[in-house]
Amino acid sequence: MGGRDATMVLLDENGIRCDGRKVDEPRRIMIKAGGLKNADGSAYIEFGDNKILVGVFGPRDVHPKHMSNTDTGILRVRYHMEPFSVGERKNPAPSRREIEISKVIKEALEPAVMLEKFPRTAVDVFIEILQADGGTRCAALTAASVALADAGIPMRDMVAAIAAGKVADTVILDVNNEEDQAGQADMPIGYMPSLKKITLLQLDGVLTPEEYKKCVDVGVKGCELVYELQKKALNDKYFGNRGD
Amino acid sequence: MTSVSVIDELKRTQILELLEQGKRVDGRALDESRELKIEPNAIPKANGSARVYLGDTEVICGVKIQPDRPFPDTGDKGLFICTAELLPLSHPTVETGPPQPPVIELARVTDRGIRESHMIDVTQLVIEKDKSVIGVFADNVVVDYDGNLFDACSYAATAALLNSKTPTWEMVDEKPTVVEGGEKQLPINTIPVSVTMAKIGNYIVVDPNGDEWASMDSRVTITTDSDGNICALQKGGSDGFTQDEINQCGELSIKVGAKIREQLKSVQQESQ
Repeated sequence: MGGRDATMVLLDENGIRCDGRKVDEPRRIMIKAGGLKNADGSAYIEFGDNKILVGVFGPRDVHPKHMSNTDTGILRVRYHMEPFSVGERKNPAPSRREIEISKVIKEALEPAVMLEKFPRTAVDVFIEILQADGGTRCAALTAASVALADAGIPMRDMVAAIAAGKVADTVILDVNNEEDQAGQADMPIGYMPSLKKITLLQLDGVLTPEEYKKCVDVGVKGCELVYELQKKALNDKYFGNRGD
Repeated sequence: MTSVSVIDELKRTQILELLEQGKRVDGRALDESRELKIEPNAIPKANGSARVYLGDTEVICGVKIQPDRPFPDTGDKGLFICTAELLPLSHPTVETGPPQPPVIELARVTDRGIRESHMIDVTQLVIEKDKSVIGVFADNVVVDYDGNLFDACSYAATAALLNSKTPTWEMVDEKPTVVEGGEKQLPINTIPVSVTMAKIGNYIVVDPNGDEWASMDSRVTITTDSDGNICALQKGGSDGFTQDEINQCGELSIKVGAKIREQLKSVQQESQ
């Protein structure tokens, strides 16, 4: 819903996008594992101009108690945008959009986390969007996976995420804010590359059946790129020679 | 709580055993949706309405059309807003109070499917640019629950919009004023159809009923338009899909959706 520039060229004649990227080129991605002292695990991601911090607590006692499950642990996710993260100040109370995204990210992470090992407990994932620029749910999901791994929670795989989309009748990878606002389709994808399972998938915008298949394919390949950066972030923290 | 989940666990075992023989609990084929019954114009006081039965799931949608202020950045477009609510009489576990995340998701997914298909031509719903536009509000209420509310709400809203009549307004003294005898159909571009598929074990079933809904591992809701394009999708549930399954679901949604679109089309023809 941001200011939309009708004259903006989303894709020029040389196949270059509004921010100078090629059609299959993701934005600059920087992931750092750890960083927060009090959280059991944490991660920070810069995904283009998105800046997102994730903290993980648990497995720990469940409050309120009736939410606990005697068969398995539960995962709780809060996706939250800071009032200063977007153009116009955002009301800090959780919006319906944030509630939906929290649910979608939770369900994207659940297949990855071995919650059955911790009955009656909860793992809490707190996602804070410090600055938003299109594709926050994918960046947040990517960082949340790293934070869960950083917390030492047993996992089957990490979920990597990125959006595919369509601008100027062309399928593209990693939809930015302008492309989301003025483009034709946005398809965020979360994928577990080792298990080859799609755990987050949404779409808004019109795609032909062929474009639909291509978007899923482009998105899955993009997730494989993101996955390498997630692994690198964990490697840097636990096996690298950085001072932290 | 515990007793309910034990029963669900037993049902899941039974549902899976049947699926292994290619059967479903209610005798349907895996790619068969339940019988859809549509009662158009169930609420005559609304501008458009429908009472929809998808098997034993029952949803009523009423459309209200009234002048409204446009959003600041889209002064050249009317408003379209679709909501969904679970009434406490629809199921013993539904409580009153603010909507829980699953209901918020239901409302947003229902809205998104219709919005992204561009079903309603909102550019024709402008009274005076940047000042006054026509707002179309499609409110769904679930009155009886037997799974798959996503599709039931989508069909109810689509059917209600297809039989909606909008008054005409003109600006008189800076105020939108109804023009006598100016009632007409809403400007319709396409008929969106939502198809929800559940994954139970390694099986994909179309239009899961209440027991299947409680037993599923994950689900995907795909909306297609009259041209056979895919225009919205939402994956949910605590497991994933392979890329092949997602492609297969795309094809299923087009195939199953085409049949349901015929039913919705007849609602449109009857109201003209």
